[in-house]
Amino acid sequence: MRLNYPTNVKIIKVPCTGRVDVIHVLKAFEHGADGVFLAGCLEGECHFLKGNLRAKKRVAHIKTLLDECGIGGERVAMYNLSSAQGQRFAEIAREMTEKVRQLGPNPIKIEKGSNN
Amino acid sequence: MIIANRKPFEEIVDMLKPYKRILLLGCNECVTVCAVGGAKEVAVLSSELAMYRAKEGQPIDIKEHVLERNCDPEYVEALIQVIGDREVILSMACGCGIQFVGERYRNIPVLPGVNTTFYGVTEEHGVWTERCQGCGNCILDKTMGICPVSRCAKSLFNGPCGGSQGGNCEVNKDTPCAWQLIVDRYKERNMLHRYLELQPIKDWSTSRDGGPRKRVREDLKI
Ligand code: SF4
Ligand code: SF4
Repeated sequence: MRLNYPTNVKIIKVPCTGRVDVIHVLKAFEHGADGVFLAGCLEGECHFLKGNLRAKKRVAHIKTLLDECGIGGERVAMYNLSSAQGQRFAEIAREMTEKVRQLGPNPIKIEKGSNN
Repeated sequence: MIIANRKPFEEIVDMLKPYKRILLLGCNECVTVCAVGGAKEVAVLSSELAMYRAKEGQPIDIKEHVLERNCDPEYVEALIQVIGDREVILSMACGCGIQFVGERYRNIPVLPGVNTTFYGVTEEHGVWTERCQGCGNCILDKTMGICPVSRCAKSLFNGPCGGSQGGNCEVNKDTPCAWQLIVDRYKERNMLHRYLELQPIKDWSTSRDGGPRKRVREDLKI
């Protein structure tokens, strides 16, 4: 389809969004990610029945953790789309990139930068 | 098992303010099962703290460690290899573990990362409820296996108070009334006559009222 999406989006493949644990996302932020989104299958269509629903709940939990430690819960999001929706994926990647750009860089990086 | 809740993040941050090199200590037993102080929760808190302090411009060096149990001397002893240059231990074990580690390592503060709350069960994944208060003189044989000490807000022994409504406790509408549960169980087993047997006034000296408790088995002592 030759679709374009922003090059700053790095993809990490997992067998199912249900595999994504809280710590995986926190580590991404700890290592400087500005935003993270989970792209799960459409609700009701999980091959493992509830993986994407579990991921949804975890994302909600991660938001509270990121809020309390000052990184900001808005930097993480959950999206649902099917593997046939390449167009939608590109759209989400752009949407998320735009949102994170507005939020600015991960505050940890700003602080590290100011020490230099 | 012993159930705990993680302390609010701000409280933990505040306790750790003076320190840079911390040991974040978890426990593999109850607090792992109730998802508050096992390896996973230690890793999550550690990551949160690292991010918070980095953002504040006060980086923190966290070592994570999880003991098999924090309430047995042989495991606590092994911590000696781990403590090294740490300035403080933030423990996510229950109150027993936190104190026991503190008793062994007196030259380093051992701070609580959790609020230890009750003895309970996993009602369903992610839901824990209280079942026992360790009163020291169990009466479950008389109350159809339902504990009025821990499950009745007033620890009543001879039937419900006047506030039992629709099967729920007047103190909290989401909590089943212990006495409703007991009476239902009597009925289920055709034993309602036992409900009429008066329970004598409880001697609370076997409970907390008698002071800290101790159990000794001479035959096991080395
Ligand atoms: S009667 Fe006492 S020992 Fe028995 S379950 Fe209740 S609190 Fe625990
Ligand atoms: S409503 Fe039931 S559980 Fe609540 S205090 Fe009264 S007797 Fe106890």
